[in-house]
Amino acid sequence: MKSEITITVYTENQVGLLNRIAILFSRRKINIESLNTSPSELEGVHRFTIVVVEDEEVVRKLARQIEKQVDVLKVYFNTNDEIIWQEMALYKVPADIVAEKIRVERLLRENGARAVVIRKDYIVFETTGQRAEIDSLIEKLQPLGLIEFVRSARVAIIKASAGFHNKLLEFEQQQPGPLLSENPFLGRNEEIFSM
Amino acid sequence: MNTAQTSQDSKATASEPETTMTGGEMVMQAMLAENVELIFGYPGGAIMPIYDALFDYTDRIRHILVRHEQGAIHAAQGYARASGKTGVVFATSGPGATNLVTGLADALIDSTPLVCITGQVFAHLLGTDAFQEVDVINITTPVTKWNCQVTVAEDIAPALAKAFYIASTGRPGPVVIDITKNAQLQAMAQRAYQKCQKIRSYRPEPIVRPSYIEEAIQEINHAERPFLIFGQGVILGNAEKELFDFVEKSGIPAAWTIMGKGAMPTDHYLNVGMLGMHGNAAPNILTNTCDVLIAVGMRFDDRVTGRLDKYARQATVIHLDIDPAEIDKNVKSAIPIWGNCKETLPMLTAGIKKRAHPLWLEEFHKLNEVENEVVIQKEQNPSTGPLTMAEVVARLNELTKGEAIMVTDVGQHQMVVCRYARLNHSRSNITSGGLGTMGFALPAGIGAALAINNRPVVAIIGDGGIQMTIQEMGTLMQTRAPLKIIILNNAFLGMVRQWQELFHEKRYSFVDISSPDYVALSAAYQIPGQKVSTREDLVQALTAMLKTEGPYLLDIVVAKEDNIFPMVPQGKGVSEIVLTKDDMK
Repeated sequence: MKSEITITVYTENQVGLLNRIAILFSRRKINIESLNTSPSELEGVHRFTIVVVEDEEVVRKLARQIEKQVDVLKVYFNTNDEIIWQEMALYKVPADIVAEKIRVERLLRENGARAVVIRKDYIVFETTGQRAEIDSLIEKLQPLGLIEFVRSARVAIIKASAGFHNKLLEFEQQQPGPLLSENPFLGRNEEIFSM
Repeated sequence: MNTAQTSQDSKATASEPETTMTGGEMVMQAMLAENVELIFGYPGGAIMPIYDALFDYTDRIRHILVRHEQGAIHAAQGYARASGKTGVVFATSGPGATNLVTGLADALIDSTPLVCITGQVFAHLLGTDAFQEVDVINITTPVTKWNCQVTVAEDIAPALAKAFYIASTGRPGPVVIDITKNAQLQAMAQRAYQKCQKIRSYRPEPIVRPSYIEEAIQEINHAERPFLIFGQGVILGNAEKELFDFVEKSGIPAAWTIMGKGAMPTDHYLNVGMLGMHGNAAPNILTNTCDVLIAVGMRFDDRVTGRLDKYARQATVIHLDIDPAEIDKNVKSAIPIWGNCKETLPMLTAGIKKRAHPLWLEEFHKLNEVENEVVIQKEQNPSTGPLTMAEVVARLNELTKGEAIMVTDVGQHQMVVCRYARLNHSRSNITSGGLGTMGFALPAGIGAALAINNRPVVAIIGDGGIQMTIQEMGTLMQTRAPLKIIILNNAFLGMVRQWQELFHEKRYSFVDISSPDYVALSAAYQIPGQKVSTREDLVQALTAMLKTEGPYLLDIVVAKEDNIFPMVPQGKGVSEIVLTKDDMK
């Protein structure tokens, strides 16, 4: 059964990695609903948050393919009840109509929104929340002549996660796997290379 | 500017010759440090500084000039598959790089370790549609294990160190390093090359979970009809001995995928044959009878499994693989054993009881006897009519006694060789298994023949496939690599024709292919050869070929409309394998 699944990918900061990850989705005809890249709690470690509507089994296989990529540290995937998630949206509306027809103050209060820009010709509202909240404000602003609307990608925090600090330490401490026997540098840990 | 001035200038830029080097020289230093003996390549504008550096290293590293970059990469694949080392390719930017794509895809799906270095235009020209500029990194991303573009000389060594490490460890695969021309020319401080031994985001071998090993041992010890299937993972992990020990102790019949062929001697009494669409009847049919199915280093390709919902549904599947992404990808396993089978197989062997399964093994033998009578004997030992592909392979077996390395292309001849070639040694079956690349065998054969010099290397190729990369006859002429080429010439694109006969009412749409006079062509390339079309001349011709020093070409005219059987028809389960055309209904 398909459901909304949020994939969290911890990666190295490598040029071209976004494409390498994105083509894993497109090759399997999986549509990306939203994609966000950001820094993580750790310096130098990037975090992708990708939302898909898919079968869990499909996502499990996909997650393994993503984790297989050399520059990917770790992949998690979660259903909506396992995460705290938010999206942000901006709404541009004509100032005169809004000022005339509604009580702006009340609208903002009811929708947890705020005005970011107020000009003579237009106002920009901003709201942060889940999909339903953002959509409900669209509905209210639509009749007032919504000029422009944009919604950000989802960002999400995994409820059960203790952060990536320990995991990263684990990755760094892990003894190198047995290499080809011809490698004369084996066991000389101080020369370990990282890029 | 006259010559004297130029040399003065170059001295001026390298004012301290002891302490600086160019990026191009760094590339060559890396090759030495990584013990590269052979490079397959083709020069061009954007890789000239590297070739200029190479010019000073030709006493230590051999470069093979191919005739097309696809030839270079397939040759490197053949070299890597035969030797177990990492194949190295040099190509220039633009078309040089795009010509590598087929080989990269082939090497990725068949897990072949390659490091391909492509030249790239100057960094300041990137993205300007410069001459011979192409976005190599994005083109090769889906067909490489890893790739990286380098734009400054300082980054060349770390990138190459990473490339060699990634290509050869874990599940091997191809890596592309794209180096801009300015980085190749740039002077940098002299420094020693350091190999890479760890990348924090990359775990070549997953950690083995002992609980699954324990569970697997229990299942195997209690199995009544256990069956082992293995793939190239055994060869890539150098785990042939570990597999042998496991099979001998457990007494479990073992079958192989074409990529795994040779990991266990063909003649071993527990080797029950080949899996898949044109494999042997017994291992296919009994896949759906066994109670425990142990899959070692194989990935359940659709050509092996047939219809998945009719594949081994009754069996408890134990899947050993180094690549976690392969576990449960196609066939759901009850017990996943992540890890290198060189490590995990001995763990199983230590725990299992010594057993034999004579009655179960007998079932394989019975089915194989039927196949032998209905198909194999007729194919291998016909007394009348045109030559068959199978009898060529059978006669070759008798002459080489299983000591040869067999390189094959794609199509009917490939299936015949994989079915019938007798192999005593691992790394002796070199074929394009996953991608099915026609044109693979001639260059791959050259690579294998350059890697191995104490055993005959025979490339068996169809008349279609050889014409796809026939320009590499030039490489063979120049290198004199001791490759024996056998063309199984049926004047058809045989496998497609077979499918048209079986599934498209004999509508032979564009499979009738004509050939040049191969012996004359070969002579033009200064390679001896002969053409054979009769049974009487076959053995003599094969003997002459094997006895000739250096390269040789044998054009063998075989039956025009032979079909490869048995066959698991597409969309059918493995146990629905048919032995003859009449059984297809």
